[in-house]
Amino acid sequence: MNPIQKITRRSFIQSVGLASGGLIIACTIRSSDKKEPIKAFNGKTFEPNLFIQLKDNGQLILLASRSEMGNGVRTSLTSVIADEMDADWQLVSVKQATGDAKFMDQNTDGSRSIRYLFEPMRKMGATAKAMLITAAAIKWQVDESILKAENHYVINTTNNKKIFYGDLVKEAATVAIPDNPTLKERKDFKYIGKGLKSIDGAGFATGKPKYGMDIKLDNMKYAAVMRCPVTFGTVKNFDKTKAMAVKGVIDVIEIPKINRPFGTLGGIAVIAENTWAAFKGKEALTVEWNYGDNKNYTSDVYNKMILENVHKKGKEVRNDGNVTKAFKNAAHIVESTFQLPHLVHAPMEVPNATAWVKEDGTCEVWAPVQAPQTARKEVVAFLDTKKENVTVNVTFLGGGFGRKSKPDFVVEAVAISKAINAPAQVVWTREDDIHHSYYHAVSAQYMKGALDKNGNVTGWLHRVAYPSIASTFAPDTGYAAGFEFGQGLVNIPYKIENVRCENGKAPAHLRIGWFRSVINIIQSFSVNIFVDELAAKAQKDPLQFRLNLIGEDRIEKSKSGYHFNSAKLKNVLKKVAKNAEYGKELPAGHGLGIAMHYSFFSYIASIIEVSIKEGKLKVHNIHSVIDCGTAVNTDTIASQMQGAAVFGMSLAYYGKITAKDGAIEQSNYDNYQMLRMKDVPEIHIEIVESTDRPTGVGEPGVPPIAPAIINAIYNATGKRYYSLPLTDHGLV
Amino acid sequence: MITLTINTKEYQIDTETDMPLLWVIRDVVGLTGTKYGCGKGLCGACTVLVDGNPVRSCLTPVSSANGKNILTIEGVENENKVLQEVWEDLNVPQCGYCQSGQIISAVALLDKNENPTDADIDGAMSGNICRCGTYQRIRTAIHKTATLTKTE
Repeated sequence: MNPIQKITRRSFIQSVGLASGGLIIACTIRSSDKKEPIKAFNGKTFEPNLFIQLKDNGQLILLASRSEMGNGVRTSLTSVIADEMDADWQLVSVKQATGDAKFMDQNTDGSRSIRYLFEPMRKMGATAKAMLITAAAIKWQVDESILKAENHYVINTTNNKKIFYGDLVKEAATVAIPDNPTLKERKDFKYIGKGLKSIDGAGFATGKPKYGMDIKLDNMKYAAVMRCPVTFGTVKNFDKTKAMAVKGVIDVIEIPKINRPFGTLGGIAVIAENTWAAFKGKEALTVEWNYGDNKNYTSDVYNKMILENVHKKGKEVRNDGNVTKAFKNAAHIVESTFQLPHLVHAPMEVPNATAWVKEDGTCEVWAPVQAPQTARKEVVAFLDTKKENVTVNVTFLGGGFGRKSKPDFVVEAVAISKAINAPAQVVWTREDDIHHSYYHAVSAQYMKGALDKNGNVTGWLHRVAYPSIASTFAPDTGYAAGFEFGQGLVNIPYKIENVRCENGKAPAHLRIGWFRSVINIIQSFSVNIFVDELAAKAQKDPLQFRLNLIGEDRIEKSKSGYHFNSAKLKNVLKKVAKNAEYGKELPAGHGLGIAMHYSFFSYIASIIEVSIKEGKLKVHNIHSVIDCGTAVNTDTIASQMQGAAVFGMSLAYYGKITAKDGAIEQSNYDNYQMLRMKDVPEIHIEIVESTDRPTGVGEPGVPPIAPAIINAIYNATGKRYYSLPLTDHGLV
Repeated sequence: MITLTINTKEYQIDTETDMPLLWVIRDVVGLTGTKYGCGKGLCGACTVLVDGNPVRSCLTPVSSANGKNILTIEGVENENKVLQEVWEDLNVPQCGYCQSGQIISAVALLDKNENPTDADIDGAMSGNICRCGTYQRIRTAIHKTATLTKTE
């Protein structure tokens, strides 16, 4: 019997507290019956809570509840437990949690893993340590106050006698779980803030880690699915003759369309003995579709429509002071419009899943999912079964970027396994991935600013139109949602008296979903470029202009509990200016561009140096500074920020998804390109030292990159661009 | 019947002759370190060495590799273990998925050029996409490996 399950019923973990923007989870890692000692001891292992297993040989198995997709979370979360536990990192191994509510929120998105779990993981470790110390006190018959823990030992400070954690397993299991274990002082952290190397690093360099597609089961069949090129279209009829003639193809079946946010799109599945035969069989299919309403979605037409919508009054989402009056009294007016295309995540590992619906009605899934509980919920709904019957194993993710928090591909594998009575692995082709995603929204924006005769900003009007992520979850109103406005529209960090924000209509014709950094990309783009334009109009230095516009040091309270601190934003801006030697003389044809953005409660500023030679852009270097509160793993943070710079450059250079007659026009990395080695600049990252609680890391590095490049191009050439990608302008 | 020598071990393969080497390695032989990324030779995730030359296995029909020596990520430790150690030491990978292909391309580069310049690295590595954006660390790792392994 799995001892973890044994503990679960005793509900050591309680989740408490709802806050705006999401569930805030706290752990009270204790038994529902406090006085009763834990009975989880099986003679070999001490398991004070769901996240820790200590074996009598000292091996420490720590549970990672969040998905590993390059975010380093398997290392960072477990290192927090190990640090508080005073464990020896060399004795730690990490086990990946299956999707289960008992592990608290597991949704690895929103740059939340460390933000939500830092304190609970600290308490997990501190609890275990306290119990081990108590165990040693019992064993030695001494007072606990003379004992301390260090590197997997409990030490008697009066005589330096040591006892190994593994040798305390039996006694520790009899100790009551303490209510409020003492947390370490920050100066005593051994792993936290030290840039610990990835616990999976050696594996990554040897090809050993198992991603979704690397799962192989006995009698497993491979499947590829043909889906309607138009979103939500359905199968009219199909001819499988040619597909069945492909050697290795076993069967061709229709899979249902499920009308849930993460339901399957439906289509025709080719079942085969290997992936290649499945792909070939799919190409040989003939399918006739009912395209449905989205057949008329053509980007050229649609983009003009949303551009018109931001040139007329929209739905008001913020209104401070009186912008009309400010514009009337202005010495200068600046107006600009911005347009950005749809984007798609295109993680290197395509969506894929392996499922086995067994004869006894239970189902086991292996998949690269960011949200294993969501995947489980969808499978439970599809099979109309109890959740106890469904296990979702989380493999390594070959990148996620938001795509893999939507488990439509998991339900496909389950549907196929059920239909063929065998384990099934669904693999999307790259074309499937580009054609059938949950896309980052296309957008149009209009901005109008007023300057007084001294160059102060007195009025600010910002209108946005983009199809909403909310349209994926509820009937589409054509308008965006509050959480989207909160990503850099209504919460601009500037002190301006008259501000109005409006939302224009933009109905959705694709599945719209979150994409690394989400709407921050859109709103940071326009705001950072527009502020640069205002500075130019006011004939002021863009750095000083920004510092002035942020205004005095202040704390702006937020319902989230994470309050905006203007001093932190100014600090990252000043630091990045220093690192980039802002103001230095640049070679001819070079320019520096500044951008900054506050997102996921972290403060980022970037300065980018570019040059234009013979009409072509070169990015020479990127400096970014991040203040994300307590830095749990400095190396992971630097790595995420370096990656964010590349991600931001990719979308600035090449990112463009368009539709024609409802179908996506791009298909693979040739027409949806990524930044490559030859175009990568030097990237310099500074992490601000802080003892504040941790904030987001995975996403906030992206939003400043594209606008900083645009501002740099302006400073190099005097020409301002208002849309992406830069390939459209002939610059790359 | 096709004979492949993968990481010095010989395999007799009985599949369609047009099946790409990638799927033979993954689905028939069962070595899963080599990855599918695009199927069109655009991303380099599937890179393996055939007789010492980097090829995109997703586009290479298995028949064309008949009788040849293939190196996949699983065999790199016998070719350039230093590079793998440097990769780990510099914490190069993020998600890790493209890294098999990156490492194979880097092995091929260092095999022919024991002290590559940045331009050499650009040339040899620009066929490998990393969506996480680990390029800067890959470049550093190649330089460091070169420093540790060059024969002068």
